[in-house]
Order: sequence, then structure tokens, then C-alpha cells
Amino acid sequence: MSAERKIWGQTPSQTVGPYFAYGLTPAQYGYPALASIASSDLRTSDVEGERIRLEGRVLDGAGAAVDDAMIEIWQADPQGRYAHPADGRGNIAFRGFGRCGTGTDPENRFVFDTVKPGAVDDKQAPHVNVIVFMRGLLSHLYTRVYFADEAANARDPVLLSVPEDRRGTLVAERMEADGVAVYRFDIHMQGDKETVFFDV
Amino acid sequence: MTFTPRDWGAHPPLVAPDYKSTRLRGATKPLVPIKQSLSELTGPVFGHDSLHPLDNDLTRNGRKDGEPLGERIVVSGKVVDEAGRPQPDMLVEVWQANAAGRYVHKTDQHDAPLDPNFFGGGRCVTDAEGVYRFMTVKPGAYPWGNHANAWRPNHIHFSLFGPSIATRLVTQMYFSGDPLLDLDPIFLATPEAARDRLISQFDLSLTEADFALGYRFDIVLRGAQETPMETRK
Repeated sequence: MSAERKIWGQTPSQTVGPYFAYGLTPAQYGYPALASIASSDLRTSDVEGERIRLEGRVLDGAGAAVDDAMIEIWQADPQGRYAHPADGRGNIAFRGFGRCGTGTDPENRFVFDTVKPGAVDDKQAPHVNVIVFMRGLLSHLYTRVYFADEAANARDPVLLSVPEDRRGTLVAERMEADGVAVYRFDIHMQGDKETVFFDV
Repeated sequence: MTFTPRDWGAHPPLVAPDYKSTRLRGATKPLVPIKQSLSELTGPVFGHDSLHPLDNDLTRNGRKDGEPLGERIVVSGKVVDEAGRPQPDMLVEVWQANAAGRYVHKTDQHDAPLDPNFFGGGRCVTDAEGVYRFMTVKPGAYPWGNHANAWRPNHIHFSLFGPSIATRLVTQMYFSGDPLLDLDPIFLATPEAARDRLISQFDLSLTEADFALGYRFDIVLRGAQETPMETRK
């Protein structure tokens, strides 16, 4: 009987596979039968702060753009507050969660429209938490996006814990496009530029 | 409070050569340890208000002009943490192939019929005891290109968040006794001691008499733990 199974051990991860889109990102991929619980546009009319675009590609070990990855982001609002019970600072206007597959953009980018997060505490620089899923990835991976124009990066304890020659993989450069700030963050799964992934 | 680490004795490695697409997609450098901060201890919250009425009934949410074909099944289980504590009000998302082994997804070109009355995606939120429940049809097996004559065992994809991004889990539920399990490089990439946690069990108590068979699939997420090294207020 199931009650005798050892329920104490973590359920193993398995790959999201190639066909997640209609279940997890149905609106983006054009499956109207199921409403989406999240999108790539995190902006809301009542959240103040700098509008930014966060975009990039997922590149495999041969440098090819992955067209069946799903990226999730989780971030604080411009005041550095998370919309979660563990953060009691009263963010009610900005949910801070986004989801985007790489299969609908001609360049296989993920593109999030969001606001720039504030610093969560007095130690960490502003950042966006990123979770990576794809066919061929058996366990999801965590990384972080930092912003190249933030002076606080120089004393961020997480960045400083990363070997110096790999820190740059976590920092998105700022560009301007169509009057909006665009931060570019390519995710390299392997190779010399392999992105730092965290054992969260 | 923090969450227990991911148990790499239970989760598959990032590169498992028999599953060919991991070779270029799995990260190869060691994961960098990170001290869990508010960023890792929080995550998106989805309540019952994020659901539509038929989201947990895959035999109804894709109907055009009749019932989907296949063997109706109830899939249900309890979401708990490693201490066995129920995880109430947690979003559970699922997607699967139809009874013929064909996904609605536009890039699935397997030569098996689509079912006009079956979509294959759904979701629900766990109740106060951490229990979720779906009505669906048993998914079919299907071939894939990993190696000659490769077939995926019958499976349903699951996605859960739990209380934070640290507890995030995407997995697949299999069926007891499936002969394809012993041949599947995705299932076999899981450490042997933990493989049985991915296999659902027939459970007569979950069946609906004269209507649908029942399968139980309990899910264990990382648990909260006290962190004695932290300064407490």
C-alpha cells in the first residue's frame, strides 16, 4: 500500500521534456484551452519603478540556441520586497514571477518585461532569481541576474562567493532599445563561459 | 529557517550520457553553494483563485464534441515535505500525452492520432491536508529519437512550487509494472534507490466505482529546517 512507501525521501526531479508548452506556458504558445498562471510580462499598472526588459538565449555546449527551454524568474519589487508571506514588508502590487519559453521568438530568446528590483537587504545587490528548465536537463538549475550598472555588485556576498573569473556570467549588460532599458543575459550551459549555477 | 539541501542521491545527474540530449545541455562545472536568503526562501504563491472549474479534469477541459478516448483514471496523492508535513494550498500543474501516446504540442509529429476531445494539460491546488486530485485518461507510450526503437514509458509530467523557489520540483509520474521503465534512459538516470518514488501505485480506494481506476502518487518536497547557525531575534 502506498502508506508504506517511504515518503520521507525527496521525489526525484525529471526533465520538463520538449512538450511542456501547452501545460506550463499555454498562452505564449497559442493553446487557448488552458489559461496561463504566469506570463513574460510582469509589469502591473500600479507598481512604480524603472521598466526594464530582461532577455537572452540559452546556449548549449555547441553554442546552439536552445529552442525548447523554459525560464522562470522570481524577483522583488523596486523597493526590494517579495510578494510572499515570509516577507512582511507589504508588497501587494507586484507579484514578481514570470515564465517564458524559448520556442516562440525568432532568435529563441526569452524576453521578460518587468521592473528593476530593489535591493532585498543591506548586503545583497539587486538581482533576479532565475530557474532553468529544458529537454535534456534532468534537474532544474538556479542562477541569478545582476545588473552591470549597480555599484552594490562590488560587495554582494553571493557574487563575491563566486570565483572572480566566473562572476561575469551573472552580470547583465545594460543597453537601450526603443527607449527602454534592456539587460542582456545569455545562459551558457557548458564551455568556457558556462553560467554559474547555484546549489540552492 | 532554511530548506534542506537538494538530495543529489535522489535527483538525476545533469549529464547522463545514455539520455543523449543531456550531453550538450547539462551543466558540467560544480554548482556553487549559496546561503539561502529571502530570495531563496520565497516564491510565487498560487491560491485556489488561480484555478478554473475544469482545470483538474482533463477528461472535460478539452472537450469539443464528446468524451476523450482512453482508460479513465483518477490520479491523486499527498504533497508532503521530508518530515511528512502536508503542504496545503500548493499549485500542482500536469501535462501528458493522450491515450494513443500523442501530445497536443505542435512539434509532436508522432504518427498516432490526436484526440479532438483531449487537451492534456491541467492543474489543481492541494487541499488543507496537502492532497491533490486529477481526473484524466491513462497516457500512451510513444517513441522518441534518443536511440533505435526508443519508447518513453507511460507518464504524466508534474510541476510544483511548494512554499519557495527552493522547493521547486518538475518531475514525471510513471505506472507500476511498465516494462518500458527498465529501458528508459530518463527514468534510469535517477539514482536507483530513489526510482520507486517516481512510480504511482494502483489504489482501489481512489477508484470511482463503475467509472475510473485510481492511482496514488505522493510527492515529497524539500523540508523546512531550523538553522542553528543563524542569529535569532
